[in-house]
Amino acid sequence: MYTASDLRKGLKVQIDGEPYIVTEFEFSKPGKGQALYRTKMRNMITGIQFTNTYRSNDKFEKPDLEERTMQFLYSQDNEYHFMDTASYEQIFLNKEQLGDNINFLVDNMEVQILFFGSKPIDVSLPTFVNLEVIKADPWAKGDTSGSDSKPVTVQTGYVVWVPPFVEEGDRIQIDTRTGEYITRVKG
Amino acid sequence: MISPHRLQQRSDLLQAVRSFFRGRGYIEVDTPIRLPVLLPETHIKPFASEEWFLHTSPEQCMKRLLAQGCDRLFQICHCFRKEEKGRLHQSEFTLLEWYHVGWSYRELMTECEAFVRALAASVPGLPGLAGPDLLRHGERSVSLAGPWERLTVKEAFRRHAGMDPAEALRENTFDEVLVTTIEPHLGWARPVFLCDYPAELASLARRRADDPTVAERFELYIAGIELANGFSELIDPGEQRLRFAEELRRSRQAGNVYSAMPERFLTELANMGETAGVALGLDRLLMLLMGCATISEAVTLPHNYLEE
Repeated sequence: MYTASDLRKGLKVQIDGEPYIVTEFEFSKPGKGQALYRTKMRNMITGIQFTNTYRSNDKFEKPDLEERTMQFLYSQDNEYHFMDTASYEQIFLNKEQLGDNINFLVDNMEVQILFFGSKPIDVSLPTFVNLEVIKADPWAKGDTSGSDSKPVTVQTGYVVWVPPFVEEGDRIQIDTRTGEYITRVKG
Repeated sequence: MISPHRLQQRSDLLQAVRSFFRGRGYIEVDTPIRLPVLLPETHIKPFASEEWFLHTSPEQCMKRLLAQGCDRLFQICHCFRKEEKGRLHQSEFTLLEWYHVGWSYRELMTECEAFVRALAASVPGLPGLAGPDLLRHGERSVSLAGPWERLTVKEAFRRHAGMDPAEALRENTFDEVLVTTIEPHLGWARPVFLCDYPAELASLARRRADDPTVAERFELYIAGIELANGFSELIDPGEQRLRFAEELRRSRQAGNVYSAMPERFLTELANMGETAGVALGLDRLLMLLMGCATISEAVTLPHNYLEE
């Protein structure tokens, strides 16, 4: 159990059965008055933010959150299958739950999955992933469009803008936070 | 952590505080900080120290000295209040408290204004000042030129929250409305004294003779920041006992541990003459004058630096 005096930025609490993370926090206390904990929180499942002012006696449950390292096994239809690298337990997530992450998932990749109770609610990929370019138009010499980048397709089907020298069969590094090309990698 | 340069400024300012009060005939005192009984206040939680408590302000001891015949006292001391931690709070902080026998809160407000202006002018090159009598806070500035506004709590609630403070009290939202809706507006054009608080929010202050529903209490605000809290002191031991009983009842309700009725204090209070006193959050004032955004930048060794 947490009380309002435990509130701080980054603290995770449970309200009405759902996990929330504190995104903004300010303690205030008028002279001789009660302590007020002005708080902004984000629902960790829906992403919806709300603000509220709490008082000293307000209490919060600790949410049952656990981050587990899981390996991506394969996808079939709309299901993406993962295995817990410690317990070998297998679960699957659908496309909607994964969001943009599906652009960077490759077989055997290790990811962090956040569970609320038994429910997976968030997936964090490594910040940088290396993906193979499977489709790239050759750079046409004398191109007068003035463009210094071109779109290529990587093995996951994701299309990314890269410098002209990147060719089919190259491996490139992508920042999963922004989805942007970082560099061409060897091997 | 505070830089050596800032430490020098803090030291210069502390000396200027002392010069101001000594120049006006005040005696500096240093009363004990560990006490067997504290004056009960519903929303202030003390730290226990063995069977005793660390004081939450020097009020009790200073008033006992006044009852012995001192007439002008000031003190700079560290005070301790549990669970106070934030941009403007530390659970250990520096309070400047002073008392003047024979005065009411009106004269004290005037002196408070003179003090802040004198302090701002005392040390050259303070980063919190944009010019003489001009305080800089973030992107904005506040003119310290007098006279400062005196705004009643009733008028402040009407002006900024469109409601009567009595209504907020009934709904137990007084503090919340004050902090979220009113305070952000206070003390920007120039500093403001918020005064005449509902009597139930001022258990150590005298009621106004012409309106006993309010007490002669003021709070000084500069740039939306509450800096000082002063009263025409309540000196009637009978009424003080009733007010303490109410504070004790409310503290117990809130689950706070407070010792007992401060009997010796009440006995000695009978010997105290008409007095006005004020407690000023010195770390906050130095924060403003030194151009800091948080009090942890203005104190010597902030809590977040001490934590292992």
